[in-house]
Amino acid sequence: MGQGWRKDIGFRAGTGVFALLLILIVGAIGVELTLQSMQSISQFGLDFWRTEIWDPVAGEFGALPFIWGTLYSSILALLIATPIALGIAVFISELCPALLRQPLVFLTELLAAIPSIVYGLWGIFVLVPAVRTVEASLPDSVRSLPMFAGPPLGLGMLSAALVLAIMVIPFTSSVAREVLKSVPPAQREAAYALGATRFEAIRAALFYARTGIVGAVMLGFGRALGETMAVTMVIGNNPQVSLSLFAPQYTMAAVIANEFTEAADDLYLAALVEIGLVLFIITLLVNTMSRLLIWSMARSGAKAPAAEPAAAPAPGTA
Amino acid sequence: MASSIFDRSQRGRLAALGCASTLLAGACALGLVAGVAAQTQINGAGATFPFPIYSKWFAEYNKLHSDIRINYQSVGSGAGIQQLIKQTVFFGATDGPMTPEQMQTAPGKVLHFPTVLGAVVPVYNIPNVKDELKFTGPLLADIFLGKVTKWNDAAITKLNPGINLPGTDITVAHRADGSGTTYIWVDFLSKVSPEWKSKVGVNTSVKWPTGVGGRGNEGVASLVAQTPGSIGYVELIYALQTKMSYGAVQNMAGEFVKASVQSVTAAAAAASTQMPPDFRVSITNAPGKGVYPVSSFTWLLFYENPKDKAQAKVMTDFLKWALTDGQKFAPELGYAPLPEGVVKLEMAALTKIKTS
Repeated sequence: MGQGWRKDIGFRAGTGVFALLLILIVGAIGVELTLQSMQSISQFGLDFWRTEIWDPVAGEFGALPFIWGTLYSSILALLIATPIALGIAVFISELCPALLRQPLVFLTELLAAIPSIVYGLWGIFVLVPAVRTVEASLPDSVRSLPMFAGPPLGLGMLSAALVLAIMVIPFTSSVAREVLKSVPPAQREAAYALGATRFEAIRAALFYARTGIVGAVMLGFGRALGETMAVTMVIGNNPQVSLSLFAPQYTMAAVIANEFTEAADDLYLAALVEIGLVLFIITLLVNTMSRLLIWSMARSGAKAPAAEPAAAPAPGTA
Repeated sequence: MASSIFDRSQRGRLAALGCASTLLAGACALGLVAGVAAQTQINGAGATFPFPIYSKWFAEYNKLHSDIRINYQSVGSGAGIQQLIKQTVFFGATDGPMTPEQMQTAPGKVLHFPTVLGAVVPVYNIPNVKDELKFTGPLLADIFLGKVTKWNDAAITKLNPGINLPGTDITVAHRADGSGTTYIWVDFLSKVSPEWKSKVGVNTSVKWPTGVGGRGNEGVASLVAQTPGSIGYVELIYALQTKMSYGAVQNMAGEFVKASVQSVTAAAAAASTQMPPDFRVSITNAPGKGVYPVSSFTWLLFYENPKDKAQAKVMTDFLKWALTDGQKFAPELGYAPLPEGVVKLEMAALTKIKTS
């Protein structure tokens, strides 16, 4: 018995070290990014987040167009991808004939395994010309709206959001499917016993799994924030803050990938590293907010009678 | 070790022959081991633009001197300069000469050696126009500044009489990644347009007044190929390989010249008469007849007094070969060989590198 107890301690310490390592790595990334971008931080301060000018010749750097482009493209991608991904997940886990299930699961996972450069090439050669045709065919009354302003280039925010959405779908739908699978059958059976239709039973299951589903959506968001190659190939790479879906824009990950290798002077390099720091901070914020969202949902869910057994052990409810 | 496949197979074939004739497998194995042990490895990094010719040179040189292996990473001019300054590589390579500040930061004196020449050409895609267009430098600057926005603008039609240019919008396509190609292009625009010089300036990436960005030559080329009404710029070698149509550009003598191996070498020959002793010279918009104005040297970078004298000896020998015998590989890869005057100057300058 004593032996086992000691092993337990060893096991706990061992896994604890790994967990600590994770914290150390995240901390080290933050520290290193800050150190490397010190020159840019001290020169531009908070203006770095607010200014729109990115001029390597004059040595003036502002990250706003890149922050805007990253958030705008990721949010658009999320709006497109989430309903589709949830539809796929619900179909596979609830409605799909058993014979089709495995092939469908395999196909969604295959989508996730395609390298992003392939999505980018497909974007450039197939999606962008198609988007251009659609853009050009819109009537002038629509084109005069700020959302659709500008010449129909094909390259731009809309193409980027579409490519991102396709890349995000397999991630969100796989996780959502797993979450739905873990909903206890008793939930659905109880719903049916109360006379629920199929739709109502599925709705109950979705409600039961909502924290996990939000997690799945946020995973997709995180993926969209950091995606580089496919986006840079179709977004047009023009740093500007614009509401227009047709306007070429730029993202943080893309500008780092594009300009880092040829950035020769120190301030320019520091500014690019600071873009990395900004991306790091925004990713942290997004993750924290999604965590908070999940917590608050779990808490309010615990009070509501619909989700009897607490969906996730939420701290603070006890 | 990236370029070792060919070489290994060749050695393998020799080894197999040897084994077959003598039937002494042990001796062959010994020979192989000895061959590997005597290798000299030299590492360099830098510009992507000359990568095809450099890898050709290093492979050819390895055929002549099987004990010498030169590794080159085409990480970009900026990264190459950084690595040279940090001394993580023996030599660097760049498409734009190092700035005075960079020369200051380096722990020792850095020497520039031009190796070959390249050119950047305007490529365009205008619906129903297959003719070769003529451009002046100021016109190109105005297009890239976003001041000339239609293909039937008087500034374009005046230069190209007889060509029926449509009234479509001009879409400018430029490089999104930092690049020596961009450096050469905007260096030329700066020389011919005061407005470009004051508003945009020269660097490996700039704040583009208009247009969309593509990644790499292939990115710009595919943007131009797909977007009706677009104009962009790519390396000559890339336009040749992909058979894109490209325009002629007016030189200082007033002629409209298409980029070719001859017209690019002519630009260098014109410059060689007033070559500065450190070879850090821009030859865009060079004077003289038959000169293509958007041309540039590309340079290898060495420390004047390198730490490793053995490697220094090997690299000066290599450079002597590259500047003479190696030049014949340039045209087939779309680069222009150096004019003789420049080679002579460089041979003299090579003695500055301390090899003992």
